[in-house]
Amino acid sequence: MLFDFEIQGGDFATAGNASSQIKKILKQLNVDHRDIKRIVVALYEAEVNVVAHAFGGKISAEINTTEVRIRLVDEGPGIPDIELAMQQGYSTASPEVREMGFGAGMGLPNMKKNTDEMHITSVVDEGTTVELIFFLNQTPPNH
Amino acid sequence: MIVKEIVEKLNLTVHSGEAGLSREITGGYTSDLLSDVMGNCDAGKIWITLQTHKNVMAIASLKDIAAVILIKDLKPETDMAAQSETEEIPVLGTSLPAFELTGQLYELLK
Ligand SMILES: Nc1ncnc2c1ncn2[C@@H]1O[C@H](COP(=O)(O)OP(=O)(O)OP(=O)(O)O)[C@@H](O)[C@H]1O
Ligand SMILES: [Mg+2]
Repeated sequence: MLFDFEIQGGDFATAGNASSQIKKILKQLNVDHRDIKRIVVALYEAEVNVVAHAFGGKISAEINTTEVRIRLVDEGPGIPDIELAMQQGYSTASPEVREMGFGAGMGLPNMKKNTDEMHITSVVDEGTTVELIFFLNQTPPNH
Repeated sequence: MIVKEIVEKLNLTVHSGEAGLSREITGGYTSDLLSDVMGNCDAGKIWITLQTHKNVMAIASLKDIAAVILIKDLKPETDMAAQSETEEIPVLGTSLPAFELTGQLYELLK
């Protein structure tokens, strides 16, 4: 199944809406709650990064019984050094955004931790594409 | 323990989301960094913070957090309170700073 969402850059009032919709869909599809948890964490961080750092973007989510693939394509400044951006604590967030409690530089590490595969490609002054891949039902029981 | 008992024992104000007062609590988490909460706070916990904007409720809902406590007499912004009502996740308040409130909650839940 395919689902598409739009993300409005700079609009913190709607940040997380797509994540919330996808969480509802995953629940309806009876996806394991442990998988839902990690998908929600990674997707929310990716969604907020578009709001906080880019001008706008699109999310497309492909969900089937064995895996979930989510692609976020944004128009924005791009990430000049992805390896540096991946480091915990690295952030270019503005003072206003930091005041709200964003900008700890923990989003990308959170995404990495909660996905089975994550691919980032970026072109400076054009935008960034993030792909989040989750293989379902692989968490050992009692976790 | 449920949220309502914590409200009574710690003498908290209920700002919004009264419908969620019977939610069960499994612990607490104190942080003002949203990605820290997103990454490290488990479902069913009470979140202690000074952040008063709507994104707090987005995270609380996504993480199935039981309730939010605002410290130092802070009040939720209008859209935060509104989302707390629709999600039925209580936003509570105290005059205490984070350190004291966290200590009291820890004593209650340990
Ligand atoms: N979609 C994006 N477009 C442009 N830059 C980005 C994007 N996503 C991340 N970045 C860059 O990578 C940095 C690190 O991102 P990360 O999500 O780890 O931290 P943050 O968003 O700054 O803070 P936090 O996620 O903890 O609130 C950002 O500060 C920004 O410079
Ligand atoms: Mg981020």
